[in-house]
Amino acid sequence: MYLVLFILFGGLCVAGALNLLLQRHPINSALSLIVVMSSLAVLYLLLGAEFLAAAQVIVYSGAIMVLFTFVIMLLNAGSEERTHGSRAAYIVGIPGVAILVSLLAFIFLSARTHLAQARLGDYVVSTSDLSKVLFRDLLLPFEVTSILILIAILGAVALASKEH
Amino acid sequence: MNGHSPLHLWLIPVLPFVGFLLNGLLGRRLPNALVSAIALLFTAAPLALVLNIALHFSSLTLPHIEWFTTPWIATATFRADFDFLLDPLSLVMLLIVTGVGFLIHIYSVGYMAHEEGYWRYFAYLNLFMFFMLTLVLAENFLLMFVGWEGVGLASYLLIGFYFQRESAVEAGKKAFVLNRVGDFGFLLAMFLMIAHFGSVSYARVFGAIADHPQMQGGFLTAIALLLVLGATGKSAQIPLYVWLPDAMEGPTPVSALIHAATMVTAGVYMVVRSHVLFDRSPFALGVIAIIGAATALFAATVGMVQTDIKRVLAYSTISQLGYMFLACGAAAYSAAIFHLVTHAFFKALLFLAAGSVIHGLGGQQDMRAMGGLRKTIPITFWTMSAGVFAIAGLPPFSGFFSKDAILYQAFLSPTAGPILWFVGLVTVLLTAFYMFRLWYLTFFGEFRSHDVHPHESPWWMLAPLVILAILALSGGWIGIPQALGGADQFAKFLDPVVKDSALVNPEGSLNQERLFTVLSVVMALTGWFVADLLYRRKPGMADRLVARIGGLYALLVNKYWIDQVYNALIVAPLLFASRYLLWGAFDRGLVNGGGSMAAGSVRGLGALVQRVQSGNIRSYAGWLALGAAALLLITYFGFSMHL
Amino acid sequence: MVVPIAYYLVLSAILFSIGVGAFLIKRNIITVFMSIELMLNGVNLSFVAFAYQWHRLQGQIFVFFVMVVAAAEAAVGLAIIIAIFRARSTLNVDQVNLMKL
Repeated sequence: MYLVLFILFGGLCVAGALNLLLQRHPINSALSLIVVMSSLAVLYLLLGAEFLAAAQVIVYSGAIMVLFTFVIMLLNAGSEERTHGSRAAYIVGIPGVAILVSLLAFIFLSARTHLAQARLGDYVVSTSDLSKVLFRDLLLPFEVTSILILIAILGAVALASKEH
Repeated sequence: MNGHSPLHLWLIPVLPFVGFLLNGLLGRRLPNALVSAIALLFTAAPLALVLNIALHFSSLTLPHIEWFTTPWIATATFRADFDFLLDPLSLVMLLIVTGVGFLIHIYSVGYMAHEEGYWRYFAYLNLFMFFMLTLVLAENFLLMFVGWEGVGLASYLLIGFYFQRESAVEAGKKAFVLNRVGDFGFLLAMFLMIAHFGSVSYARVFGAIADHPQMQGGFLTAIALLLVLGATGKSAQIPLYVWLPDAMEGPTPVSALIHAATMVTAGVYMVVRSHVLFDRSPFALGVIAIIGAATALFAATVGMVQTDIKRVLAYSTISQLGYMFLACGAAAYSAAIFHLVTHAFFKALLFLAAGSVIHGLGGQQDMRAMGGLRKTIPITFWTMSAGVFAIAGLPPFSGFFSKDAILYQAFLSPTAGPILWFVGLVTVLLTAFYMFRLWYLTFFGEFRSHDVHPHESPWWMLAPLVILAILALSGGWIGIPQALGGADQFAKFLDPVVKDSALVNPEGSLNQERLFTVLSVVMALTGWFVADLLYRRKPGMADRLVARIGGLYALLVNKYWIDQVYNALIVAPLLFASRYLLWGAFDRGLVNGGGSMAAGSVRGLGALVQRVQSGNIRSYAGWLALGAAALLLITYFGFSMHL
Repeated sequence: MVVPIAYYLVLSAILFSIGVGAFLIKRNIITVFMSIELMLNGVNLSFVAFAYQWHRLQGQIFVFFVMVVAAAEAAVGLAIIIAIFRARSTLNVDQVNLMKL
């Protein structure tokens, strides 16, 4: 049962990612990415990360991807034209990616027995546990990230505002 | 500085060196008189020292060696020091070098009075004296080699003294290069000595040879032959003589000092000094004798047809040096040195007198433009005559005694023999002929130039001529052999040095010696007679003879085309190889090419790397992905190796 | 009934690689940016998987921070894209090459 769920949503992730790759219009890519993020949220649930699943949907799919969609709309991005850019990207990059994925898959699969087996409900992290660690042990990084977001907002406003 | 009862031998070479430094560094700004004073002073001082030593010679323990405490080369396996040796042989050489050298310095004051570069001339001359004295005083082959090389250098500088003349420059180079070939032999001989004896010191090498009477031939022959190669270069014998006629481009006093009296005799001195070595190799002695006799005859034939007065004397020098070599080859070492001494007197005299003639004629050197000068420059005439008589070997002049000693010893010697004696005898005839030819052409008959008015030279030049003439006349009287009633003092004087030669010539009889003496005098007179016939009594006959033996005459006038042969066989291929192989292929191709290839490859590499900086984000991303993959690979494999 | 953690990791690797691939292939700046987000998500998944592996929630906290930073970065990045669009009137990555040698 667990396995079925995993395969289903895992497959959905991969399918969404591939669609992002293959679509020409950026809005299609954005929507595929939303699919990926939602599937990832389910996978987080399967791994016992309740809070993160919620945050994933709210923050990532709900805010960030909406931002992307807005910008696509704002800039009226159309389908991609075919331009000849860089051959290095294809010649050097694609083999690099292939090496990357095959190597990583190989490592992980060969270490399969050393890693644990996930069972549903075996380790569920409640929000209160998470917040205890976050606001007690890691308070400083938390505050720093809030300042980071503040700066990011200021920067975005500064960059995107029209010049007079 | 150590040594038993020091005589300060080191001063003898060093004083002229000081003169060289003073004249060389400051001479340009000094007046000529001061330059001459310095040069003469630093040449007279060693002469005074040598005379002093000579006076007290009998009270010295010989051989007298002095050395410096500062070592020169001191390694675990080899040692060489600044050692000076005084024995009868080196005393004789010292007297000649300082004595004749001093006279020629005086002569030069007059001869070079109006020349540019006066200071340079005397600086080089003093430098030459320094090196020659080092050569003669050295106690080991290495220090002798320093002097050997140095006189070659001084010779180069002085031959090319008139450096604005192309021919002079070429002659200087030729002399130096040919000397270098000889020096190569000398160096190899020294290396062999070090290999076999572990030292180049006379005492050690000759002592080692003397201690082992069974050492014969073999490597000793090799060393001997290599030394002979060096000697043929320095003393202008076959095959390395071709530089000496060209060396006449230098000023005449230089020809007198270097190319007659001292430098060219260094080869003979070296052979006599190493006689212990040569005595163990009859083969080498035979080679020396053959070279000497052949050169003597060869040079005499070429000298017969020369028209330049200095060229005649140059070939005459080569021929007389051949006599000295013949004597060495016959193991008659004291005879060789005796001839060296008398030759120094009369050859220097002849050159200086020729210089006086040239000076008096304002630079004319061609004998065909001279004639009848005995009335206009009488002192030069009488002194030169003394020289001519001496070289022809007419009694009672010095040349007679020395030449006869050589010829008789050559006849007796197993390494030389009657054939070479005969060659020497024929050469006596030819020598007399060409010297008297020179005499008649220059001083007798009608004066053949028109615009010149010959004048006698200043007394600076005449005084040395007179002194040398007296020596040319009387210098041989110290060596009158027993056959003619003398006491053979010269040979006895040199006995301590050359006596224990393993090679002893068979004793001849006194009557045989007298017979041979008469023979050589007859030959000399015959030569005189023929010269008299062709050049005084019947002047036109010479030209008619020449017309009849045209081919032979051409051969002689062109010096047997030896220069051209050497040029084609050796010089031209060398030039070709250097120009095309060494310069063209190697230097321009490899070295320059290597440089530009290095630069080009850097540029190429740079161009390649430049492509990474394309400004294109995607290519950057591509390289990033590859880099990340590479890192991952390395980490994985590194990890798994360690695990 | 059980899913080995290794499978989660392999999935994360696949997502990451597809993200890199999309980064290299796509020509629209915005799509390129989205592929970066995909890469970040892939990494997040592996963090959560390891958090499960060792029963430590520090992995999940890290994911939290990654999300925050990704949000900030997305905001600023999109602002830059807008600025570029205003300057060059194109969203083609190949034409933003003023730093070419």
